[in-house]
Amino acid sequence: MPSLGADMESAVLMEWLVKEGDSVSKGQVIAEVETSKGVIEIEVFDEGVIEKLLVEPETECAVGMPLAIIRAKGEEEAKKDISKEEPTPTKAVAEVKKEETPREERLKVSPAARKRAQELGVDLTTLTTRDAAIRLREVEAAATPTMETPKKTKELKTGKKDGMRQAIATAMSRSNAEIPHYYLSSAINMTPALTYLEELNETRSVKERILPVAMLVRAVVLALEEVPELNGFWLDNEHVMSQEIHPGIAIALRQGGLITPALLNAQEMNLDSLMLSMSDLISRTRANKLRSSEMTKQTITITNLGDLGVDSVFGVIYPPQLAVVGLGTIRDEPWAEGDALCVRKVMRATLAGDHRATDGRVGAKFLERLNKLLQNPKELL
Amino acid sequence: MTIDKIKKAIIKNILEIAPEVGEDEIEPNENIQRSLELDSFDFLKILTAMNEEFRVEVPEKDYSQVDTLEKMAEYFLRRA
Repeated sequence: MPSLGADMESAVLMEWLVKEGDSVSKGQVIAEVETSKGVIEIEVFDEGVIEKLLVEPETECAVGMPLAIIRAKGEEEAKKDISKEEPTPTKAVAEVKKEETPREERLKVSPAARKRAQELGVDLTTLTTRDAAIRLREVEAAATPTMETPKKTKELKTGKKDGMRQAIATAMSRSNAEIPHYYLSSAINMTPALTYLEELNETRSVKERILPVAMLVRAVVLALEEVPELNGFWLDNEHVMSQEIHPGIAIALRQGGLITPALLNAQEMNLDSLMLSMSDLISRTRANKLRSSEMTKQTITITNLGDLGVDSVFGVIYPPQLAVVGLGTIRDEPWAEGDALCVRKVMRATLAGDHRATDGRVGAKFLERLNKLLQNPKELL
Repeated sequence: MTIDKIKKAIIKNILEIAPEVGEDEIEPNENIQRSLELDSFDFLKILTAMNEEFRVEVPEKDYSQVDTLEKMAEYFLRRA
């Protein structure tokens, strides 16, 4: 069982999507597990043949527990278990234990179902599932009739996301204790980029339009290609740069908490495909349909609090990443150009960097590149 | 086409795109995006769903005319 987040200690294997003897290829989804963050699809990280499934569906498995034996391609006898395959940068985070919440005795309940039951006020002992573990859908089904009343809706809004809160608490405490952050901020004239986008969108139907935030993420990715020092990890006292750019997109959940799934291989996307992928990633985050690689591969975090009216974001780095890029609200502001004072759309881009890995000079170079790209929006297509 | 029918469609689409929103939270004259904490992707998805249902394109320059439930319903009523 791979670690799928800072706080994860175990998850319930819900379903195998392969059987013994099946050939699997890299990236193939082979199982679904339920964690405190919802249902996650588990991908395999090498080619091979499923030799043996070691775990029955509906079993709760600790992180690190072997789930299956996969014979690597070309290998006859040597066996490996899939939990060892993936170098998960978040694994170190999992070492920090969180306090277990007391559990109802003898009830088999998946972590996500337990959490949802708490939020919805469903008594788990009232649910019967013929010896099988209680899952998310049973809890939600049990809660549906009572969710209609306004009183229940209110409770839902203030309901605690305990597991997720703990995960954020653990990762952020570790970040502030271990990572010497430095912070930089730059005001960027967004008028050229927004004017360009307006012209582009004028000719497009609603569903093909590009949002400013997609253009900003695209610009961040291109700037990272030029300043790769900020994209990667601090692992075992070493600065490890990543060739692939998997920005974690901070997505605030309205019921509380935050998930930052990776927009995988963003360096291979153009503006249109990035917009589609981001839209899809946000929908799947809200629908609890993320894949294991999206929960573990982030190489940098991008957080955009512009929609909430924030000017500048001074981020806390998610270990073992190296930086957080913060994007603020785009506002009309006075702007000096040459001798003239005019009004422009202005956004503050910020960078929180890990001072062990990089210095302010690198961060400054990144913000300067980002600014330059946004002044030449045609390059962002 | 009646305005009530359009309002119902808007509410249905909001609840589909943002399932955490409670129907009683949608106030007719409040800014939809700000009052319900929808991001720009959510808002675009609402307009896309409305476009598929009523075949009305809302150009970006008209976004200020569709920012509340009441205004959006009237906008679509005039054009559907």
